[in-house]
Amino acid sequence: MTKKPGLSMYWASSCGGCEIALVNINEKILEVIDKFDFMFCPCLLDTKKKDIEALPDKSIEITLFNGAVRTEENAEMANLLRKKSKILIAFGSCSNDGCIPGLSNLYSAKDHFDTIYLNNPTVSNPGGIVPQRETEVPEGTLHLPEFYDTVRTLSQVVDVEYFIPGCPPESNQIWDVINSVIEGVKLPPKGSVIGAGTSTVCDECEKIKEDKKIDRFYRTYEIIPDTKKCLLEQGIICMGIATRAGCGSLCPKVNMPCSGCYGAPDGVLDQGAKMIAALGSILNLEGDLTEEEITGHTNKIMDSIPDYAGTFYKFSLAGSILKNSVRK
Amino acid sequence: MKKVTIDPITRLEGHGKIDIFLNDGGDVANVYFQVPELRGFEQFCVGRLAEEMPIITNRICGVCPEAHHMASLKALDDLFEAEPPDAAKKIRELLYMAFYVTDHTTHFYALGGPDFIVGPDAPPSERNIFGVIKKVGLDIGKQVIETRAQNHHVIEMLGGRKVHPCAGLPGGWSKPVTEEERKELEAIAKKNIDFALFSLKTFDKIVLNNPDLLELITSDIYTHQTYYMGTVDDENHVNFYDGMVRVVDPEGKEFVKYHPKDYMEHIMENVESWTYLKVPYLKKIGWKGFIDGMDSGVYCATPLSRLNVSDSMATPLAQEHFEKFYETFGSKKKNGRYQPVHFRLSTHWARLIEMLYAAEHMLELASDPEITSPEIRNLPSGKAKGVGIGSVEAPRGTLTHHYVTDENAVIQKVNMIVGTTNNYAPISMSLKRAAEKLITKGKVIKDELLNKIEMAFRLYDPCLSCATHHLPGTMPMIVKIINSGGDVLDTFTRD
Ligand code: SF4
Ligand code: SF4
Ligand code: SF4
Repeated sequence: MTKKPGLSMYWASSCGGCEIALVNINEKILEVIDKFDFMFCPCLLDTKKKDIEALPDKSIEITLFNGAVRTEENAEMANLLRKKSKILIAFGSCSNDGCIPGLSNLYSAKDHFDTIYLNNPTVSNPGGIVPQRETEVPEGTLHLPEFYDTVRTLSQVVDVEYFIPGCPPESNQIWDVINSVIEGVKLPPKGSVIGAGTSTVCDECEKIKEDKKIDRFYRTYEIIPDTKKCLLEQGIICMGIATRAGCGSLCPKVNMPCSGCYGAPDGVLDQGAKMIAALGSILNLEGDLTEEEITGHTNKIMDSIPDYAGTFYKFSLAGSILKNSVRK
Repeated sequence: MKKVTIDPITRLEGHGKIDIFLNDGGDVANVYFQVPELRGFEQFCVGRLAEEMPIITNRICGVCPEAHHMASLKALDDLFEAEPPDAAKKIRELLYMAFYVTDHTTHFYALGGPDFIVGPDAPPSERNIFGVIKKVGLDIGKQVIETRAQNHHVIEMLGGRKVHPCAGLPGGWSKPVTEEERKELEAIAKKNIDFALFSLKTFDKIVLNNPDLLELITSDIYTHQTYYMGTVDDENHVNFYDGMVRVVDPEGKEFVKYHPKDYMEHIMENVESWTYLKVPYLKKIGWKGFIDGMDSGVYCATPLSRLNVSDSMATPLAQEHFEKFYETFGSKKKNGRYQPVHFRLSTHWARLIEMLYAAEHMLELASDPEITSPEIRNLPSGKAKGVGIGSVEAPRGTLTHHYVTDENAVIQKVNMIVGTTNNYAPISMSLKRAAEKLITKGKVIKDELLNKIEMAFRLYDPCLSCATHHLPGTMPMIVKIINSGGDVLDTFTRD
């Protein structure tokens, strides 16, 4: 019997949802275990790391890497798994684009510490204690890993073969990718996004589009939308127009706007910039307006959105061209 | 900042890290359980739109995103002073019951339960879901998978997504339930009841009929007398979604019952420089350190705690098992309610009783014709009032979200007391107790120590950014034993 190909899954700075999404392929998980040597290495025990170091280079067929890179350990592990894996896949929004935890890049580590440990309504901390790399306790010394300043995506750290987007990736998409490997389907060129479509969520969405222009934006709590019609055309900021297809338009299906978790579609470099541009073109600026009036009107409407970073870059700040330049 | 070389031990990023210090005599001097990870939500939520908090905060945890979604929604209902219509409340609650069934199922069969089902002394490579399947049969493995699948299907049907649901809005819910869906929900709820009853029977057969396991459960290594916290309805039944937070003392007397909005009067958090996780305690008693008893502010918020603070269960079958639970452990009734059970390992049983309650309540909700009402939203009538507080019972403890916003409903401040965090002190204490029992005069029984520590840890089902949840069901951890001279005698790892 030939040896089964190795499949490993590692999580870096992650919420665990990507793993749940994998488990949610349900009974097919038994097939995965049957076809692959399932090498979970979620915890970076030293011994385990040595085992991985001892493997010949490129001896793990596929590594699914979920979670962002926040610490030196995350980065080390990304490098190691890069070396040992034939195919390294950035799995889920955190490793693709930084995801929601990537919004942490808006603030420094010190901001975080001040807010969490000092200026917090339920914290009693007269001594102003914050976590330290080293603490002397009566019995000895305790160590903590450093909380780094920024969140990085996997491809900002190492070379990546493929990207599976989503927060988390949809289970049917995960299975399609795994299954095509099992069936020996030829893989797309390096750098491709797999387990997703190429166009936008709008293309998958069944809401009726009427090419309507909008006069203003609504926050989701301000309006009960017509559930048959496109949410964006009713003034709700739906990121579907700037987000990669693949989920089957799950959020619009329950009458909520797409928040952009599948990242930018093919041909788009910056999801947030694309969205802002798209919004500009659907604003209602009909009539005889001077250029100045148009600009003024556009600015006014756009100003009604109080959180640009969180609205347009909710999932892609760490990976965007903005990166950390927006830090306050 | 000073650059310090990273010690190999810190490879356990996001996982538990346990340092055991010995004294001159080789006995345990102290045990430190550190949480070496911080993700910073309380900071980077500042500046976000309040209404997006339900989909932002669920990224704290992919295992219990539903709990964050709900706590966040309740904080928003409060912030916008928008009470959801009954149908919306029922939809939220129904989704939440399905979540409890799947979460408790996962814990019993894949995470905590294997200790019992496969046996506490079985090799770690077998104490996982695969070992469970071997012991109880592939059929049951398939049932576990099916129960998880069906309830995740419910979560997606109602909440939009299987992981990280998105359908909640202040004052309501975004998608109504059709009659066809209602029928399907009813059918799934019935299956959940059967499955919960079956699981309780399995527990009965494998654990309660085994004197050795019963002895282990009631042994003092896993016993702590602390305060208990949980949410109850107006008849003092266990409630996961709504109610008042009740705290009882180690003797079972009500210490306080408060509205979640008043949490700041009752809970405080202690900061230690050696861990990223804060340690909550009862404010009125104060922080006396990691110790049990009436004079210590340490409390526990788990399935066992919820039973201990309640007078009874709201559904009939769960009530039968609730009574059996207390009778089995010889708890006497005082002022009409059972005295608390302090055997921490019985938390596993309590979890199954909760699973049954969740299933029964899910059926009640799914059979309620009102659930298909199209009236599922109340639009807030005014601006955000500036503060919103909401809480639910997450499977791992009372979960509180507290937001402060400007008049534009943009977040200015966030405070969250997360399920597992409540149990930081109790977990630390249980770990210390296990270490004390298994290390004497410098003699360490390695395998047993790891097993016993693992069991102490797992009964709380701690979710340290879900670090302890991973597929094979083993608990990744590193234990370091350090003598009085500061030398590391031994490092045990388990992955
Ligand atoms: S991509 Fe989403 S589901 Fe996956 S780890 Fe990140 S936050 Fe969690
Ligand atoms: S903008 Fe949103 S609602 Fe409109 S078509 Fe695209 S995905 Fe659908
Ligand atoms: S609709 Fe948008 S936010 Fe929702 S799952 Fe799909 S890509 Fe993600």
